[in-house]
Amino acid sequence: MSIPHSQDSSETAEIGDTATEAPQTGHKVVLGVPAPMKLDSGLDLAGFTLAYQTYGKLNAARSNAILVCHALTGDQFAAGRHPVTGKRGWWDNAIGPGKPLDTDKYFIICSNILGGCMGTIGPKDTNPATGKPYSLAFPVITIGDMVNAQKLLIDHLGIDQLFCVIGGSMGGMQVLDWASRYPDRLFAAVPIATAARCSAQNIAFHEVGRQAIMADPEWRGGDYLAQNTRPERGLAVARMSAHITYLSETALHRKFGRALQDRKAITYGFDADFQVESYLRHQGITFVDRFDANSYLYITRAIDYFDMASEHGSVAEAFKGTKVRFCVLSFSSDWMFPTYESRALVHGLNAAAANVSFVEIQTDQGHDSFLLDIPDYHRTLTGFLNGAAAHRGLTAK
Amino acid sequence: MTIPSLPQSNGRIRADLQLVADLVPAGARVLDVGCGEGALLHHLAQTKNVDARGIELRQEGVNACVQQGLSVVQGNAETDLKDYPSDAFDYVILSQTLQAMRDPRGTLGELLRIGKHAIISFDNFGHWAMRLGLMFEGRMPVADKPRHTWYDTGTIRPCTIRDFLTLCGDLGIEPERCFTVHGGGRTREVAPDSWRARLTARQAVFLLK
Repeated sequence: MSIPHSQDSSETAEIGDTATEAPQTGHKVVLGVPAPMKLDSGLDLAGFTLAYQTYGKLNAARSNAILVCHALTGDQFAAGRHPVTGKRGWWDNAIGPGKPLDTDKYFIICSNILGGCMGTIGPKDTNPATGKPYSLAFPVITIGDMVNAQKLLIDHLGIDQLFCVIGGSMGGMQVLDWASRYPDRLFAAVPIATAARCSAQNIAFHEVGRQAIMADPEWRGGDYLAQNTRPERGLAVARMSAHITYLSETALHRKFGRALQDRKAITYGFDADFQVESYLRHQGITFVDRFDANSYLYITRAIDYFDMASEHGSVAEAFKGTKVRFCVLSFSSDWMFPTYESRALVHGLNAAAANVSFVEIQTDQGHDSFLLDIPDYHRTLTGFLNGAAAHRGLTAK
Repeated sequence: MTIPSLPQSNGRIRADLQLVADLVPAGARVLDVGCGEGALLHHLAQTKNVDARGIELRQEGVNACVQQGLSVVQGNAETDLKDYPSDAFDYVILSQTLQAMRDPRGTLGELLRIGKHAIISFDNFGHWAMRLGLMFEGRMPVADKPRHTWYDTGTIRPCTIRDFLTLCGDLGIEPERCFTVHGGGRTREVAPDSWRARLTARQAVFLLK
């Protein structure tokens, strides 16, 4: 099978070192044809679009591909300039020449997840049965469904074995699901700031977010697109509450403390007196420009349902006999996916006699650390990938 | 086969580590418990092409290992060994760590459950200088002098070769081979019951099964 996008390498080789390149529209492929993809819910998904982006060049042996799995609100534009926001991609500090995911050495693939809103099929797309947006008629999806869709993309690209699957947060859940579901299709796995199951606390925060969206009268029972409205306030509140869980108290205090926003004294009112309020409001407002509220419902639900132990009997059973090389990473101040979740995962991998590295990075930046350029973190990624590449027989150009 | 991306070591490692390395056959599955910054694992991966894994308590040690491409987890051997399935490894190595453990007896049993063989190295507190020091100077023996003294040494369960053999006997563990490390890094293989070795060895390295 030939790669239909051979021009990727020359285009994207420059991404990451120039700030002026034109926004990319990305690639799209129609999957689930001729045979539909079976969803965990039992429904079939046929002829659906998956949007993806690539960086670097696939080698002749097709052995240097790394699949990057994005988190809840991420998308396929992991590196370079984002075509919608105009900002750098969410992992631009880690993907590029000389960076941990070195595009001189590896071929990076990142696809928008199933249920997303950046080109891959999701609730905002048109339901061919009705000619109107799916909205709540979109099937409920799981992490496993996202992985199955990515696997169809990897088949389409003619790659037998990915060198590595890597991702943080919900992306890390996809990494674990990949390693469990298709152990022969990847050589190494790097689950970052994640867990083998979604905790009750995280389900609880997701529920707050969903209730905020559904309480917005503009949500219209999910039918807002057909009725030409948008539940912006609800989605912004969902983002604001979620954003708190991505940080740590120390980081919030260091950034904002009790500092006031553009004023010298409190106003005895409900304006954003404090900088931290203003910051959260800004996070909420900018988010609604790029994200679909129903997508937020579906994706958070997919995370809620993730639980490897209940699916396989135990975490160890999910990885029994695996040959995949794992590198589990956690961050000391992450209270959304605390280190003890990673440690539990490592214990399960040890029980499966898996080849596993486990590093906790010391930082006060909270869950969002996985997106940041923390020297110890990036050195660990580089070291693990170099070691795995040596064992895989990959040599740098 | 050597691992190309790992930096070439100068080929020289500590005498007791070299002894341990010589006991491991090529291609073996090895777990180094308390692997520090990975000197032994790195050496084994380079010279013996082993499937090298490690556990290390100190975060800096773990980071150094993983940054070299070694498969090492941050964890506590005394609580985490129980996770591993039986016979998961051909060789489990406990290098200069036994005497720092709260439960050496339990740990020894775990090592031989998860590994077909165990290689244990430790300081011999039965060395003549330690005996004489206590007798004539009235000072407690400290193996890692002069960097440490009795109140800050990592050794919380000092033992002699004879103590160790008694424990092995209690646990039904059979010493396969025994080596001693002497002043200047000289090493020799000895009979486990050699009284001379018990007096003159600074360190002992046992291969157990």
